[in-house]
Amino acid sequence: MDERRPRLNPANRLPRRLVALLAVGPATALAVFFLWPFATLLAEAVDGRAVGDTLRRGTTWRVVWFTAWQAVVSTVATIAVGLAPAHVIARYRFRGRRLLVGLLTAVFVLPTVVMGAAFLALLPTSLDRTVWAVIAAHVVFNLAVVIRMVGAVWEHLPPDMEAAAATLGASRRRVVTEVSLPLLRPALTAAAAIVFLFTFTSFGVIRVLAAPGTRTIEVEVWRRATQLGDVGGAAVLSLLQLTVLVVVVGWSARTQRRHSRALDLRPEAPRRAARTRAERSTVAAIGSATALVATMPLVALAVRSFSTPTGWSSSAWTNLGRTEIRPGIRLGIDPVAALTNSVRTALWATLFAVVLGALASLAIAAAGRAGRLLDVGLMLPIGTSAVTIGFGMLIAFDTAPFDWRASWWLVPVGHALIAIPFVIRTTIGVLRSVDPMLGAAATTLGANPTRAWWEVVVPMLWRPLAVGAALAAAISLGEFGATSFLSRSGGETIPIAIERLLGRTGSLLQAQGYALATILAAATIVLVTIVDRVQERT
Amino acid sequence: MSRLDVAGVTVVFDGTTVLDDVDISVADGEVVALLGPSGSGKSTLLRVIAGIIAPDAGTVSLDGVDVSALPTHRRGIGMVFQDNQLFPHRSTLDNVAFGLKMAGVGRRERDAAAADWLARVGLDGFGSRPVTELSGGEAKRVALARTLATRPAVVLLDEPLTGLDRELHDRLTVEVSDILRAAGATAILVTHDRDEAAAIADRTVTLGAPGTHR
Repeated sequence: MDERRPRLNPANRLPRRLVALLAVGPATALAVFFLWPFATLLAEAVDGRAVGDTLRRGTTWRVVWFTAWQAVVSTVATIAVGLAPAHVIARYRFRGRRLLVGLLTAVFVLPTVVMGAAFLALLPTSLDRTVWAVIAAHVVFNLAVVIRMVGAVWEHLPPDMEAAAATLGASRRRVVTEVSLPLLRPALTAAAAIVFLFTFTSFGVIRVLAAPGTRTIEVEVWRRATQLGDVGGAAVLSLLQLTVLVVVVGWSARTQRRHSRALDLRPEAPRRAARTRAERSTVAAIGSATALVATMPLVALAVRSFSTPTGWSSSAWTNLGRTEIRPGIRLGIDPVAALTNSVRTALWATLFAVVLGALASLAIAAAGRAGRLLDVGLMLPIGTSAVTIGFGMLIAFDTAPFDWRASWWLVPVGHALIAIPFVIRTTIGVLRSVDPMLGAAATTLGANPTRAWWEVVVPMLWRPLAVGAALAAAISLGEFGATSFLSRSGGETIPIAIERLLGRTGSLLQAQGYALATILAAATIVLVTIVDRVQERT
Repeated sequence: MSRLDVAGVTVVFDGTTVLDDVDISVADGEVVALLGPSGSGKSTLLRVIAGIIAPDAGTVSLDGVDVSALPTHRRGIGMVFQDNQLFPHRSTLDNVAFGLKMAGVGRRERDAAAADWLARVGLDGFGSRPVTELSGGEAKRVALARTLATRPAVVLLDEPLTGLDRELHDRLTVEVSDILRAAGATAILVTHDRDEAAAIADRTVTLGAPGTHR
């Protein structure tokens, strides 16, 4: 027997029944609300006719082609735009540096619908509803990925290595192409893979920003399933997309392994202030341009909520609760009702996610191999897309005895499924870092194993769980993909209402849509700031 | 206040034999110092006795009864850990009262007893302090009070005085000795300091030197 640690007394183990009791809730939720819908979706897709029909249809390949090329262009553009700010942020010390990083992160966590709305507000009418608007939104959205992932490696690359290349006669440009970029390559690949995944599965941005004919696979799945009633075709497309995702993830994991070399990463090279005048103005220009690009869409959002064809007016805000657009004519979208729906949904989704996530974390930390299975299982929902989750639930729960489509809790459960992985990731690390000897100390004082666990391990959970709750609330408030399938008329959440309002003509409706998007952006930023503060203190 | 017998304890991990067929007997109320170079398995032996680590061979008996199969909480063996292992989310008083709470003693009674123990280790009035704000010496005394408050049959102390400054070390050496005598506890004290061993213990056993622990 070759063990790193001595064998702990088996009599001190947590009772198996307790671990099973912890795991049963999350495992059941996973099986009923994710695995079974996914199996239903698979069954719909393998129906031979659907596969043949879908693959033979010209639109299918047009959609796949569009999805792929816009994702590639978005990814390349994001990397190209992100490199300069990544370098400046990693290497230089300047005023507002932290604020800039915080700003880019805030933009990254904004709901997709808000991002779509912001670019709709920003761009002139001639440009919005075009593919270029979509790509611009994708670039700004994902800048934080490049800046954080590439910057993290960049700030550890010894500047002396670049100086060494210069002493060997390399020009400024050759230093970058011969030394810096090759060393950054694993980080660049990783960032590119993530941006590609996000843009390939783009849904909310496209639904809000693009013309109705512009469709990614996700949008086409939604259209076929809910607008055309072609469930089989939608299922085939879902699987097609999942296949691409698996291939991309596998490829990026392999290239990263192959290219990862033992980089002699120093502890963070000290950032320095810009020295020469040219350097100073370059840093200032890149820093402020990045800040401008990140803030402009949000500013435009707020500004447009006050603008009407006849001038500035706060009528969109004051009339937020009025659904009557002309005397006697009502519209089925009530912004205030959407707000209350969203808050109620977010509260329930947070409750579900926190309870199930906490139970799962405790079970995963206490159980050995079976725990890892539960861990991987509960991560699956973020591996597939929100659209797939919503679609699966839509077709799995529309027949007796599981006709739950009308149940108020179906949308919160869908949101919880997406939020649980985040709750688990914030809590499991803390649970795993609890010294087992702390529990042993409790048992030497007479606590039985269950009591020792309850008194020593469980209390460690509260703080990370508060962080998890804020994350879950933010996720639920902005969730659009799954909600598109599951929300019923009268139960619209904010993102659904935003998409509807911005899809209508009429300046008041548009302004109301921008007002709702402003509220959602503010709520998300507040929640994420709370998360950041609490995590910084621990 | 029990007789402790360790017989033939062997622990192997990571391919290394940490404890090889160790026998130790401690009489009722006796204080034994366990000396030995680092890596000789002193801490591991204490953990085997407390029932935290399961030995690959050998038995631990209290008053002639084999307790090897019992979980830690049923052995009645208290332990002061080298790094104290105070519960960071509880106040100093709640740390000291923890064992009494586990024994089902009511809140008022256990708080009074815990305050009493704090006074005995020279920390009168420290009850409401967060343990994370205690100094090294204070934390050590809280750990000692926490273990002794449950009046365990056997007390195990894992280098209780290591890492303290000279003056505190000398003062606590006397205090620990007095407290253990007053409690009449059967105790094993792990140390690598011969003077400390001589000052506190009735007898010294050296681990890792062949023949001596037999």
